Amino acid sequence: MKSWLERHFQTMVGSLGRLWTQPFATLLTILVIGIALALPACLHVLVQNVREASGGWGNALDISVYMKPQATLEQTRKAAKRVRQRRDVESVTVVEADDALEEFRKGSGFGEALDALKDNPLPHALVVRPAAEFREPAQVVSLTTELRALEGVDIVQLDTAWVSRFNAILDVVRRVVLLAVGLFALGVLVIVGNTIRLDIENRRDEIEVTKLVGGSDAFVRRPFLYNGVWYGLGGGLIAWLVVTIVITVLGEPVQRIAGLYGSSFELRGLGLEGSGALLLGGIALGWVGSFIAATRELRGIEPQ
Amino acid sequence: MIRFDHVWKRYPNGREALSDLTLEIDRGEMAFLTGHSGAGKSTMLKLIALIERPSRGTLVVNGQNTATVPRGKIPAFRRQVGVVFQDHKLLMDRPVHDNVGLPLVIAGVPEKEIGKRVRAALDQVGLLGRERSRPLELSTGEQQRVGIARAIIGKPSLLIADEPTGNLDPDLSLEVMNIFKRFNEVGVTVLIASHDVGLIERFGMRRVMLEGGRVAGSVDPMPDLLSIVTERP
Repeated sequence: MKSWLERHFQTMVGSLGRLWTQPFATLLTILVIGIALALPACLHVLVQNVREASGGWGNALDISVYMKPQATLEQTRKAAKRVRQRRDVESVTVVEADDALEEFRKGSGFGEALDALKDNPLPHALVVRPAAEFREPAQVVSLTTELRALEGVDIVQLDTAWVSRFNAILDVVRRVVLLAVGLFALGVLVIVGNTIRLDIENRRDEIEVTKLVGGSDAFVRRPFLYNGVWYGLGGGLIAWLVVTIVITVLGEPVQRIAGLYGSSFELRGLGLEGSGALLLGGIALGWVGSFIAATRELRGIEPQ
Repeated sequence: MIRFDHVWKRYPNGREALSDLTLEIDRGEMAFLTGHSGAGKSTMLKLIALIERPSRGTLVVNGQNTATVPRGKIPAFRRQVGVVFQDHKLLMDRPVHDNVGLPLVIAGVPEKEIGKRVRAALDQVGLLGRERSRPLELSTGEQQRVGIARAIIGKPSLLIADEPTGNLDPDLSLEVMNIFKRFNEVGVTVLIASHDVGLIERFGMRRVMLEGGRVAGSVDPMPDLLSIVTERP
């Protein structure tokens, strides 16, 4: 057992040493693998971030309840109090007409035009947020119907359609990422396989001699499997580096955009789990690619 | 040790290398195969090392019928046969130590023991101290002896050699043949293909003449001559 481990360790280091003797060719190979892995990894990080950013959009489920223009603030507060007692409501915020006008004046750029108005055209309003466990579409619809029936209520607005659309689009994008992962994984297999095939071709004589003195297929194949593992690990590291650079480069401008929208959103990188998955994925692909290529190729090499 | 029983070998290109060859080599014997090139010497050795298989007939090596050795068991089979090639078949980019130790590495022998046995094997062929040299730094004769050290390091009971002196001058040839004889003296069965009739006649061992893929004649060992050869400088 000890001898077996020692042997594997030696083969592993030997394979690394051999790759080291051809730094340029090795670098090219791991760069190609790295880029192939980086593309789906970047897409994945992008989708993760978009989901994260849109995660705060639970409030998009908020229901706006506009009171009739003649409704007084007192009536509005009374209505709010009644709604607050409902089981399916998490919170109710009263938006006074004057506050709403002030906010509109600041945010819309129509300040001067508004000054020309004698009266505040805006009604009082309530912002109702359904309780977390009552956010199914049917439940929300029944809530809006009941809100509409309240005394003094004019319009009830529920604007969730775009959230559903957005989530549907995100689902499509996620599938695109999955497909990309599959496609690029296949690409990596082919790259590793072809590289190993060439490695084997270059060492044909050595393989023949080894088989002549009694080396089994598994023995001859082992160093090539380690080659594949090193290629995969190298490619994984390159991909990790690419993703990290992309995140760093985009991080600042994205934060600026988020700031303009009043959000403290920050781009997130792969994280520990993602990095681990990327490296392990690279290693696994390298191993599988070299296994397929080496098993196929070595069968054909027999001493003459 | 080796028994060819009505063995035929026809290559895919249609060439018939062996036709109805029957021959037996006893355990502990040392014998030479002679004949022109194309007479079937190399083919016989290839069949013994399971590089090729007979087209017809049976070949038994060390008690095993070569026809029944499955592909996966060929490596294990080859490990009990030491083979020396005319072109040495050394790994030119590895030091002598790695070349000689390769069969032990394959067999999974611990590194420490490999070092010891490599030195012992090199000692037996007179190359002790050359472990770190590369094959290209050695002369042809020395390379051939590295090949012999590699063939015997696994302590095979059978040693076969294809034209081991093919590229050597007469003195070196005699030296290499004497190395084989020494292994034979400790019980290893040795079979050597050579067309150097002048050289092998001096050894007085059994000589099997091949012609057109079959045995054309045989000369039995001559013990008297053997002693004369060993007394030569």
